[in-house]
Amino acid sequence: MKESHKREPQALKPLLELKGVYKNFGAVSALTDINLEVFPGEVVALVGDNGAGKSTLIKILAGAHSPSKGEIFFDGFPVEIDSPSAALSLGIATVFQDLALCENLDVVANIFMGHELNPWHLDETTMEARAWTLLNELAARIPSVREPVASLSGGQRQTVAIARSLLTNPKIIMLDEPTAALGVAQTAEVLNLVDRVKQKGLGVIIISHNMEDVRAIADRIVVLRLGRNNGVFTPDASNEELVGAITGATDNAVTRRAQKVADREDS
Amino acid sequence: MEISKSNESTAPLDRADARVAHANSIADQLKAFLDRVKAGDLGSLPVIVGLVIIWGVFTYMNPVFVSPNNLVNLLFDCATVGLIALGVVFVLLLGEIDLSIGSMSGVSSALLGLLWVNQGYPVFVAIIIAVLFGVLVGALYSVLRNTLGMPSFVSTLAGLLALLGFQLYLLGSTGSINLPYGSQMVSFGQLAIMPAWVSYSFALVPGLFILWIGLKTHKKRIATNLSSTGTRGLLIKVVLLTAALEGCAYYLNLSRGVPWIFGLFVGFVVVADYALTKTKWGRSMFAVGGNAEAARRAGINVKAIYTSAFVLCSSLAALGGILAASRLASASQQAGTGDVNLNAIAAAVIGGTSLFGGRGSAWSALLGVIVIQSISNGLTLLNLSSAHRYMITGAVLAIAVIIDSMARKSRVSHGKA
Repeated sequence: MKESHKREPQALKPLLELKGVYKNFGAVSALTDINLEVFPGEVVALVGDNGAGKSTLIKILAGAHSPSKGEIFFDGFPVEIDSPSAALSLGIATVFQDLALCENLDVVANIFMGHELNPWHLDETTMEARAWTLLNELAARIPSVREPVASLSGGQRQTVAIARSLLTNPKIIMLDEPTAALGVAQTAEVLNLVDRVKQKGLGVIIISHNMEDVRAIADRIVVLRLGRNNGVFTPDASNEELVGAITGATDNAVTRRAQKVADREDS
Repeated sequence: MEISKSNESTAPLDRADARVAHANSIADQLKAFLDRVKAGDLGSLPVIVGLVIIWGVFTYMNPVFVSPNNLVNLLFDCATVGLIALGVVFVLLLGEIDLSIGSMSGVSSALLGLLWVNQGYPVFVAIIIAVLFGVLVGALYSVLRNTLGMPSFVSTLAGLLALLGFQLYLLGSTGSINLPYGSQMVSFGQLAIMPAWVSYSFALVPGLFILWIGLKTHKKRIATNLSSTGTRGLLIKVVLLTAALEGCAYYLNLSRGVPWIFGLFVGFVVVADYALTKTKWGRSMFAVGGNAEAARRAGINVKAIYTSAFVLCSSLAALGGILAASRLASASQQAGTGDVNLNAIAAAVIGGTSLFGGRGSAWSALLGVIVIQSISNGLTLLNLSSAHRYMITGAVLAIAVIIDSMARKSRVSHGKA
């Protein structure tokens, strides 16, 4: 943790750069002219209301959807992420909101899914040891890695999903609502983990609705609204600014409620 | 794995969490097994219990049933449907189905008869062509599934009819082709028996193999700082298994012995089990069956997995058809029709492979087909017609599925589904 870290992202080349990305689902434009940059060792938080296009953007970068239009640069080179395996081999790992675990398989099999050691005679022992090492790094509380994932709690599954994303030594990790299902201590663990990942010089994209978490770990906060870029903020931006950008107006349900509360207090 | 010196004194990696009870002694392991069963993780227990009941009832009604000679006949009958059921296991693991296996086996026996007997090609050429035709049909199903999104239920139902038509077309007006008695092909299906010493040596192999793998794993787990259950339980398991297998071989050798055709079938099951449990491909099969979208996002080539399963299923059905032809010494219009289709699917399900994907094993084909053939064989001994056989097989299938869904509910309530 004490290693000196160059916090001068702007001086570096962006690890990942999106230029004018569009995504249409039939008549619906889920994403319109999205620009995004992620530098090494930087945590970018992606915030926005439901339906703002955060998950769609993550899925495009993960290779689960392909963009309708636009360019993606990775390490300065234009790339085409046409499949999940293409994303993984570039070094983009994703923890999906639905976790994408196989309930019928045990923890080890889930962590190594698609990346099993020794394909013609699975090396179960080494895989199990590596799984424990990864899980212990995350301070995970998993009773047995030989139980099917179906028997784990929500938080335990989340940890398994994060452990899996670290397996392939990625350059960028994307976390879609990583703390939504977690308890207080586990949330702190995940945030610590994000810090650790960042210190290793990896880029992190994190989606969250929890402004407290976002402010605690993000270097930049990118706001999406109705599928468009709607401002980039630093963590010290005020709540009003963020909420305004997320909901699209200074007059919205949140401000009206704050106003009402203030009025009530005045009277 | 490098493990620092300071780490060595601490608990093994998987035993660091003090809150979890671990089974260390053999008694603990036995208790853990019983707990698993109570929680609905039945494995192949129901089918083994079912088999004991079925054999008990038939022996009570006609003691000839358990005579070595009858059991040898039973094993002769198991191989053909068993091989087809093994193919079905692969598609069921993905939550798909192949309804055309019966017709596929019929077409392949017709091809064998036509090419070998009528056209005079060497028998192995005929077999290869028949199996390649199976590969082709499986590939066609997977194209329909992968590119057109056609549910396998529909595509293979269409295949059932089309292949049945092709079989009738191939056999033409004569309706059946007799395979020459005395040929190796027919004697393999009807007479070929392993010499006693061969069957005794084969019965030794699984025990020795499990022992070897077990000791290797034990050593490696200790070396990588993982807990190991120790070697005593392993030894007991190996001794019991070997004794049971040698006992079976001895009992069958009291009569004619173990049929080669059954040995071939078991060989296929063993290879399939290895492929499903010990290779990356097998792990991907379970992953796709459990959650295809998750498998896709993990970088698994889901379409290739579907293709492999359909191709394996159709080509094993083709091979089963060839064995059926050699068993019956003929390729007829009846081959592969009637109950072959449903017996093969029922065998896989009765053996414990879930219809919903992601759960099952290659052994379920072996266990399931022994159940089905025991019922058929026992009822024949009791002079009951196929009418009774269908009804009873249907009831057993229903019971098997009921047990499966009850076990699933129990797993859910124990947080294990």
